[in-house]
Amino acid sequence: MRRRSLLTVSLFAATAVAMAGVLVACGTPPADLDLSLRHASAEGRFVAEMLPPAQGPAVGQMHAWTLKLTTPDGAPVSHAQVAIKGGMPQHGHGLPTQPRVTGEPAPGTYVIEGMKFSMTGWWDLHLDIATTTAKDRAVFNVVMADAGLKR
Amino acid sequence: MLGLALLALTALTTLCRSADRTPRGDRWTITEREVLASMSLDRLPPLPPDASNAFADRADAAALGRRLFEDVRLSRDGRVACASCHDSQHQFQDGRPLGQGQGTGLRRTMPIRGAARGPWFFWDGRKDSLWSQALGPLEDGLEHGSNRTRLAQQLRQHYRADYEAVFGAMPSLDGLPSDAGPLGTADEKLAWSRMTTTQRDAVTRVFANLGKAMAAYERTLQPGHSRFDRYAQAVQAGDVEGLRVLSAQEVLGLRLFIGKAQCATCHNGPLLSDQAFHNTGVPARDPDRPDHGRGPALARVQGDEFNCLGRYSDAPVQACVELRFIATSDPAMEGAFKTPGLRDVALRPPYMHAGQVATLEDAVAHYRRSPAAAVGQSELARDGIAVPGRQAIRLTDEEARQLVAFLGALSADPETSGLPHR
Repeated sequence: MRRRSLLTVSLFAATAVAMAGVLVACGTPPADLDLSLRHASAEGRFVAEMLPPAQGPAVGQMHAWTLKLTTPDGAPVSHAQVAIKGGMPQHGHGLPTQPRVTGEPAPGTYVIEGMKFSMTGWWDLHLDIATTTAKDRAVFNVVMADAGLKR
Repeated sequence: MLGLALLALTALTTLCRSADRTPRGDRWTITEREVLASMSLDRLPPLPPDASNAFADRADAAALGRRLFEDVRLSRDGRVACASCHDSQHQFQDGRPLGQGQGTGLRRTMPIRGAARGPWFFWDGRKDSLWSQALGPLEDGLEHGSNRTRLAQQLRQHYRADYEAVFGAMPSLDGLPSDAGPLGTADEKLAWSRMTTTQRDAVTRVFANLGKAMAAYERTLQPGHSRFDRYAQAVQAGDVEGLRVLSAQEVLGLRLFIGKAQCATCHNGPLLSDQAFHNTGVPARDPDRPDHGRGPALARVQGDEFNCLGRYSDAPVQACVELRFIATSDPAMEGAFKTPGLRDVALRPPYMHAGQVATLEDAVAHYRRSPAAAVGQSELARDGIAVPGRQAIRLTDEEARQLVAFLGALSADPETSGLPHR
């Protein structure tokens, strides 16, 4: 019994190693890419959560995201100035559009319109966030597939 | 547990592309099958509406537009129509490196089938609608070389009833100069400047409607099914016999297209274009005057009186999302050109934005070489210049031949080619 579970464990380990190797060999995004859509900003002044549309979006489709911005202890951050940049690090080009915040329907909840991913692959999104008292930046990574955003 | 682990290993072996070692390479992974489906014409979504053109989907506008598209009288010398370069017998292009109208143009004539589906028009995207695009050549001295008052008067003379049935009463053009426009010769510009604002607006509205009718016609021109599409259908259906529609060499080329040749990175979706702009280091036709492509076109489309936000557009501001969210500060747009769709590509040499490349073999050779760009930076990874996470495009001579063979499978079947498709 013990021998059998050892075999299983080593098979799993082999699978994990091979899986990492395959992802690199296939030329897909880096295996250690942080795909979390909710995390602290670079210097910890805010917590930013990026919410994509519930489904899709399709490659090339214009769509909107929601940004939820709080302080580290969870209080909504209102009236922030948020600038969005992004692109494909593996291709050296930016987003095909220039998204921007078009509204704050609830305190700390921002609508980002004008989002589009024109190719499959790894895209990054850089948010420069500023309030009257604090400034920070947050980076998110997303991977687009033909079937939409990888989740 | 052991079973699960083995299952995981089996799944793993199907994950990586190019895992198939069968001679024809017809065995596709789930991921690959999804990529093939995403490129097939069956996935073409319904034609998106054009909010900026209230007449875009009217049959009477399209019928009028077709006649205008084919009318040589709309040119300065009476010999050039849209159809002169966009020849319906040749995939709506002319087979020349550079367009030939009143003079020789600066870029390659683009095919029209499926054009209505992109957000930006021309190689540099300096127009944001099909109707606005159609107006450009009419006033371009190297193309039709005509001017606004002459065109409005010709519409009134030859097409008045059909025009008014679509667009309503045509304004009186009495007393207007026969040749005047904001982009013509010095005399034409002077005559235009002497017209009243009301006169200029009335003429310009007729001119804009001319473009809207032409666009309504061009929207009916859709790509036809190719052997690739039938192959993709056979793959989805598990139809082994149907797979024979592609030769073994073409199948191997398709595998390269979506794999290590990296074509499908930009040539994606049912039209095989991401509708975006890229600098791939295509050599300048004239090295002394390199073409800056998308870079300078950004200001042009934003300042264009015929753009989605302009007074001749029928769209509410909210509908102009592409223009409202246009990216203007990306340095990669310098020397970038729109990804051309690859449907019918083998039928229409020469290639690239100024016909710099004579054959498909040479086009593939360009990507294998991946030279530095004349202006801006090429996106292509190449030997000696590392782009993190990207590989240079390395193909053997045999693989290059396979890729070219596959591109030949993207030509529309004659029986479906050019049929209106909504």
